[in-house]
Amino acid sequence: MSKRIDVQDLNVFYGDFKAVEDVTIRVEARSVTAFIGPSGCGKSTFLRTLNRMHEVIPGARVEGQVLLDGDDLYGAGVDPVTVRSQIGMVFQRPNPFPTMSIRDNVLAGVKLNNKRISRAESDALVERSLRGANLWKEVKDRLDKPGSGLSGGQQQRLCIARAIAVEPEVILMDEPCSALDPISTLAVEDLIDELKDNYTVVIVTHNMQQAARVSEKTAFFNIAGTGDPGRLIEYSDTTEIFNNPREKSTEDYVSGRFG
Amino acid sequence: MSKQTSRAGDRIFSTTALMAGVLILVVLFSVAVFLLIQALPAFFADPSEITGGEGFWSYIWPIIVGTVIAAAIALILATPVALGVALFISHYAPRRLSQGLGYVIDLLAAIPSVIYGVWGITFLAVQLEPMYEWLAEYAGWIPIFAGPASATGKTMLTAGIVLAVMILPIITSISREIFLQTPKLHEEAALALGATRWEMIRMTVIPFGRPGVISAVMLGLGRALGETMAVALVLSTGPLILSLIQTGNSTIAAEIALNYPEAYGLRLAELIAAGLLLFIITLAVNMVARWVITRNKDFSGANA
Repeated sequence: MSKRIDVQDLNVFYGDFKAVEDVTIRVEARSVTAFIGPSGCGKSTFLRTLNRMHEVIPGARVEGQVLLDGDDLYGAGVDPVTVRSQIGMVFQRPNPFPTMSIRDNVLAGVKLNNKRISRAESDALVERSLRGANLWKEVKDRLDKPGSGLSGGQQQRLCIARAIAVEPEVILMDEPCSALDPISTLAVEDLIDELKDNYTVVIVTHNMQQAARVSEKTAFFNIAGTGDPGRLIEYSDTTEIFNNPREKSTEDYVSGRFG
Repeated sequence: MSKQTSRAGDRIFSTTALMAGVLILVVLFSVAVFLLIQALPAFFADPSEITGGEGFWSYIWPIIVGTVIAAAIALILATPVALGVALFISHYAPRRLSQGLGYVIDLLAAIPSVIYGVWGITFLAVQLEPMYEWLAEYAGWIPIFAGPASATGKTMLTAGIVLAVMILPIITSISREIFLQTPKLHEEAALALGATRWEMIRMTVIPFGRPGVISAVMLGLGRALGETMAVALVLSTGPLILSLIQTGNSTIAAEIALNYPEAYGLRLAELIAAGLLLFIITLAVNMVARWVITRNKDFSGANA
């Protein structure tokens, strides 16, 4: 488990509009990488290209290469469905399936593609995934209740449990804490810290303290102005970005002078 | 100004809303009362005076069964097609095509039922007649396809098919609206887990749309139960029989439409009593639908 991502000269489009320009970046395995930047700079758009969720939007497309341990995700004959089952995603707003119980939510990804799984195996997997998401103790007595009855923070951890149940190589998180209160945020951050032992984690965040707390490496994205494509401005160790940035705009952003 | 003073706009709006609500109840109630009063003689008349000469219930039950059979055929045929078309429009078709298709479907709903009836007798019945012959010959051992097949094609099955075509648009267009409202968030959650498009639809769109689809089907059923013109035109009515491809059977709505112009006295009361029963059946169907929808409330998606 856990693979490295190499992105080479990636351009991302919505129809004719170029949203992200010329990104080249290497995301290390078994680490947490944070994407920061002002709203609209394309960091979420870029994140969604890493598991081919970008193309779900009509007219959206990419140019360039995304290599997962050397295999091009956009190569000819690569099925986006396979890509997405290898690269899990956690969204900005918790989105457990409202029509499923907590247990079924965890198993949702595992049961795809007509996979059969025995009762004993699935019980073990549900427990392992929920423990992995630090949620087991809170929900173990109500696994058959709907997932939408949980608090926001619990729902988000349920979504993480659902993502790790399929044992992906990489977990992408798109501002996973922006809809959560500080205590739930802390719970999710602790969880991210544990996840990096087994997974490659990429997290988009608006919260710079969060990036500083959870990540080893940080990428700063920015746009020159509205209508211009977003660009990767600077990428290095998180401590470097926050204490000793090379670029002036990075320094302005992390010190709170704009954005 | 005292605290109790509410604004004029608020007062006007709440009064209007209240009156509108009360009005519906009043109308419904008066229809029910009218039907009941007018129908009473039929319930208490001497059995020998009722059409058929064996009392009201033995007069009415064959056409109740006929009504239910016609509506059931229509639903069984229309629902899968309608859901398929709705899903195609909402999740498979390219955007341009789906818009065009949507208009065409809505247009189908605007065709008056007489036209469907005329189409049913002049075209569909004729086209289906050879198929009925075939069914009678090779599938005749199944009671519902027992021969001899009607030579005109004006049978229960033809009526059911015409009804299916008539209720197709309403089920399709409501289901399409419901499917389109599936939260993007849930669809993306499924896709991000590695679901194919069909798996995504099964995991999110269908469970989310289920209550709405049930309502759509019930609306279709309501129309099928109450439809008069098409059935009156297409079906050569007769006594209740099991075979769907022979001449025979009737529905409440057709019975009323065909006999009302010449009815008076007790015969009129019989027909109105039949109408009352149709009213009760429709009410019961709607109540069952509501019960089905609320039964699984926790998992409905309304609390997402």
